[in-house]
Amino acid sequence: MSVNVTTLLILAGCSIVTWIPRVAPFLIVRNVQLPEAVMKWLSFIPVCILTALVAGSVIDNGNGTLPTINWQVLLALIPTLLIALWKKSLLITVIFGIVVMAVLRNFT
Amino acid sequence: MEAIEEERLSFKDGVKDCVPTLLGYISIGFAAGMIGVASGLSVVEIAFMSIFVYAGAAQFIICGMLAAGSPASAIIFTTFIVNLRHFLLSATLAPHFSKYSMLKNAGIATLVTDESFGVAAGRIFNRQPINDRWMNGLNLTAYTTWIASCVVGALLGKWVADPEKFGLDFALTAMFIALLVLQLESIKASKLKHYLLLIFLMVAAMYIFSAFVSVDLAVIFSTVIVATIGVVTSK
Repeated sequence: MSVNVTTLLILAGCSIVTWIPRVAPFLIVRNVQLPEAVMKWLSFIPVCILTALVAGSVIDNGNGTLPTINWQVLLALIPTLLIALWKKSLLITVIFGIVVMAVLRNFT
Repeated sequence: MEAIEEERLSFKDGVKDCVPTLLGYISIGFAAGMIGVASGLSVVEIAFMSIFVYAGAAQFIICGMLAAGSPASAIIFTTFIVNLRHFLLSATLAPHFSKYSMLKNAGIATLVTDESFGVAAGRIFNRQPINDRWMNGLNLTAYTTWIASCVVGALLGKWVADPEKFGLDFALTAMFIALLVLQLESIKASKLKHYLLLIFLMVAAMYIFSAFVSVDLAVIFSTVIVATIGVVTSK
């Protein structure tokens, strides 16, 4: 069981910078009553961020030029979206998605 | 009525509501553990990372950067950017927990993930009650499953040369798709058009921003801008 001190220190640094954005809003909101407009804004966050995360998995960063599309992910994404719309089940969607991707990677 | 319902909501209910997401955590955890080993990390280091960083996408990136010998400052800064979206997730959940103690809030906040956020936001969206016990049940189930899956993945990793072949990494995207669909399901028909417009704008914004900044920063910029458009254009 090897443990590298430098690696541990890097991971500790990563933990701290991950923790702060998670905790800060909870501590701020305890002391400040958020205005109605902010609450409304926050209500749009779930749909927006989930869309962003899905879109982000298809897009590869362009570095100054237009981003490239990851066609393999897009190809797996379409049937997975259809299954999600049809079955409305987290579990079925995840299993289906894994199988589609495994098939794409092994047989194309 | 709702107050009584909220009162009754237990830790166990939170555990139950976490179950449908567990396969996602397990498959991604396996993949993260395997990739950790492939990047030259030990099982102990992988366990340390899943306990203290506890963030799927970031853990993949950290492994990749460690393997590539990137400088510590670059790895930590990249992790910060990748995980900055948690600020938005926490900001959305926090108002629903402000009546609880500081310590309870910090505990709930520490274990916020995309998926636990997705489940909790789904309940809030559906106007179902949530409380501290329920959230802790949800969070702790996810957390322990994640750590165990990463460690098992790391132990299995010695025998698996190419984890991507199993398609496990796509579980993350599949889970986001399902969480998005489940969110939309609860939206009234009259508002659905508005939300579909926002989704379209999000995809366009992601594409445009990704030309100039990293995909992770594009997630944050696009969300902030399109949520603002959402407020301005809503009736």
